[in-house]
Amino acid sequence: MVRLAGQRVAFPASAVESVIEIESLVPVPGAAPHIAGLTALRSRVLTVIDGRSALGRGSEPKRNAIGDAVVVSADGHPYAIAVDEVEDVIDAGSESRPASEAVDAAWRRVAPNLVEAAGEMLLLICADALIAGPGDPKPEARVA
Amino acid sequence: MDELIDEFIAETREMLDALGGEVVAWEAEPENRARLDAIFRFVHTVKGNSGFFDLPRLQRLSHAAEDVLAEVRAGKRQPDRRLVSAVLGVIDRIGDLVAGLESHADPGSPEEDEGLIAALRAQAPPQGEERRAIVRADGEHVGKRSIRLPVDLLDRMMSGVSDLVLARNEFCRRLRLNAASAELIPGFDGLSAAIAEMRDVITRTRMQRIDLLFAPLPRMVRDLAAETGKDVRLEIEGRDVELDREMIELIRDPLSHIVRNAIGHGLESPAERATAGKSTSGLVRISARQSGNQIAIEIRDDGRGIDGEALVKKALSLGLLTQEAAASLGPSERAALIFEPGLSTASEVTAISGRGVGMDVVRANIERIGGVVDIGGQGGSGTRITLRVPLTLTIIPALGVSAAGGHYALPRSAIEEIVRLRPGAAAIEHVGGARFVTIRSRRIPLVSLAETIGAAAADGPGECDLVLLRPAGGALYVLGVDAVHDHEDLVIKPAAPAVMATGFYAGTTIADDGSPVLLLDPPGIAAAAGIGSDAVESAVDFPVAHSNADSTTMVLFRTRLGARRMAPLSAVERIEDVPPEHIGESGGRRHVTLDERILPLAGIGDESIDAPIRILRLTDGVSQLAFGFGEVIDIVRVGAAEVAAARPAPRPGEVVSIALVGGEQVEILDLHFLFSALGTGAGAAAPSCALEAGDPWMQTFLRPIVEAAGYRVVDASDIGTADLHIISEGEAPPADLPASRTLRLRGDPEPAGRGDRSIYRYDRSALIAALSRRAGKSGGAR
Repeated sequence: MVRLAGQRVAFPASAVESVIEIESLVPVPGAAPHIAGLTALRSRVLTVIDGRSALGRGSEPKRNAIGDAVVVSADGHPYAIAVDEVEDVIDAGSESRPASEAVDAAWRRVAPNLVEAAGEMLLLICADALIAGPGDPKPEARVA
Repeated sequence: MDELIDEFIAETREMLDALGGEVVAWEAEPENRARLDAIFRFVHTVKGNSGFFDLPRLQRLSHAAEDVLAEVRAGKRQPDRRLVSAVLGVIDRIGDLVAGLESHADPGSPEEDEGLIAALRAQAPPQGEERRAIVRADGEHVGKRSIRLPVDLLDRMMSGVSDLVLARNEFCRRLRLNAASAELIPGFDGLSAAIAEMRDVITRTRMQRIDLLFAPLPRMVRDLAAETGKDVRLEIEGRDVELDREMIELIRDPLSHIVRNAIGHGLESPAERATAGKSTSGLVRISARQSGNQIAIEIRDDGRGIDGEALVKKALSLGLLTQEAAASLGPSERAALIFEPGLSTASEVTAISGRGVGMDVVRANIERIGGVVDIGGQGGSGTRITLRVPLTLTIIPALGVSAAGGHYALPRSAIEEIVRLRPGAAAIEHVGGARFVTIRSRRIPLVSLAETIGAAAADGPGECDLVLLRPAGGALYVLGVDAVHDHEDLVIKPAAPAVMATGFYAGTTIADDGSPVLLLDPPGIAAAAGIGSDAVESAVDFPVAHSNADSTTMVLFRTRLGARRMAPLSAVERIEDVPPEHIGESGGRRHVTLDERILPLAGIGDESIDAPIRILRLTDGVSQLAFGFGEVIDIVRVGAAEVAAARPAPRPGEVVSIALVGGEQVEILDLHFLFSALGTGAGAAAPSCALEAGDPWMQTFLRPIVEAAGYRVVDASDIGTADLHIISEGEAPPADLPASRTLRLRGDPEPAGRGDRSIYRYDRSALIAALSRRAGKSGGAR
């Protein structure tokens, strides 16, 4: 259970390799805005995803996304998803079920399902969708 | 059971790889019992295993082969060519069936198996003269005990060791910070040494003898020789060299491609070879050796070699090369043209040049893994191709650079040279947005790393180091960075797709301090900066102005008087700053001295010039002229329609018409007027030089130099009218001529005395310098 963009959401624990605190960030100039940079976890290089930007909710308050991050793996590449705060690990009280139409579209894209835990309904984040970033990227502005 | 079958498949495949060479070698030396035994053991093993797994077709095939080979072993049959072919056929079929087991595909019908078996049993008719490939190997296969390991286990070991190294580095730093006590140090050193050795060993576990790569070659050579009707001898050396297993897979195709070319196109037919006075059988020799951090694999043949002339012709016809550039190419550079895309893929080139289908692909594949391909050899005496690949795929020698506060790594294989830019050096020319650096008279586009990748510019000394890069298959360019750091061998890992999508990076790595570093991708950066990889020679001239049919690229500039004008970029050869002492006047016209040439100068009014002026060096392809101006504003593209709609200038002059660019009026330079009025051919502009008409040495030896320096040669009888008189030794100078308008030559290399200001007549550089100097002053002296 983490807080992302001010909202309490859940990552399936099975998809999470570890939770880290990002201490330093090496920027990747030219990459999509939701790619906050790279960080090292021992000898592995993690690509840091700015959770807020990936939602299309602007950048983290501090672009140097120093703070809690969730380490996940997609297509063999390790990623760290920077979130507001990692709160707790809890057991889901129910099977997940599709999120209703009432949920904001930006959220529904990254969290198609809901899960009930600790007495509240939480959006279950699909890490792959977060990594893919907000759709419809702006045309690349490259300085020639 | 599945696991056992997998094991059987893997084992059989490995044996098959090793066996191809054995069978061919056995054909060459039928009496060699050891080789026969090796083949026999293989079919025997397959027979046993296929019985165990209940694979009837495999069992039948291997059983038949075993029978025949047993007869040979017992001396009942002689191994002739037909028998070897039949055995090869059976072994191939075994390979197909095994592959089929894995992919669950059905390779051929059982009836075909019967045909193969029948061929095996048939007694051979008496043999005539047969061609065959003779293989000389420098040693036999030596069985080594081995076990099979999944690759990901190895990878985990590798990354475990990398973690160890990082932990060690961190530990080392802490030790230094805390001024560790003396007894800790030896212990730590021991740990460091153990880790280093561990890293070495683990790296070696990924290594494999290159023999694995060479094993299928004898078979391939044999088949190709039979197909093309050539006699081929194959020699292989250096089987013991070790290479990254992954690398072996990646070199396999390029290598077999080159060997195929060598036999298919490089080697002549026996008849041709006899005519050329060579032995009728061609030689293909493959050798591998390790040198430092590289493995060099050399493929050499003694065939007809590469026809450099034909390649150059083809390159010219395709517009890949200019006449000038072609003339300056050395033999090896000509041969290297074979790697140009488009040159080597066209089939008719193959016919002319004798080889080269897809050599660009070979090069691209080798360079992708950080390797280099060289080509050498002379026409008629064969070809030598050398593949150099790094020892391991994942460790790339790289150069650390920094730009805009970030650290990056550049693969060393793309780096040609590092140039430090001294402050104040005028080596950089600006043409609107584009910048060029002149390095040893080559003008090369300059790309700013920070700007290209869009890194936020940081305060600092700015770009003071330049790295000259030649990306794989691309054009030369210069990358401007803030600083160049150390060379390092870096363990490169692939970056996430989102990072790769930028096109700027080739992977990631970890620096010694544990922070991530991005490996730059030189071709990607070139592409992002708009530097084409199209022309061989684009580094020498301006990059081809992106002029489509319907628009023209123009240099927009401000004249010295502040007017906005433009000229087609294609006519601008370069932009230069000229010091006032290089500007002269003659016959009411100004000219400048540049690179030992005198160019008419336009764009300057009557004003006196006492500071350096900036000029556009314009060319019509033959002659040049200089146009003084204030500053470049931009490079703009002007549509044909706009140029057509331009309003003609009221009267002939420097301006042909006025066009609208971005809502503002811009005058377009009338190049035709400028060149017709001032072109170097128009005599009036050039200063004149009087030579004695009766002196053959002056007319034959000296005149070309004088003319090349931009002078118009006149007869010495027009005393006093010429801007410069050249007088030979002993001749009286024409009266009342100032010293600045005479140039005295002497025959003796040593000056006659302190006052002697004459020039030795074969001191070419002094002559040219004097001619240039006088040209600059000739006007002012009047």
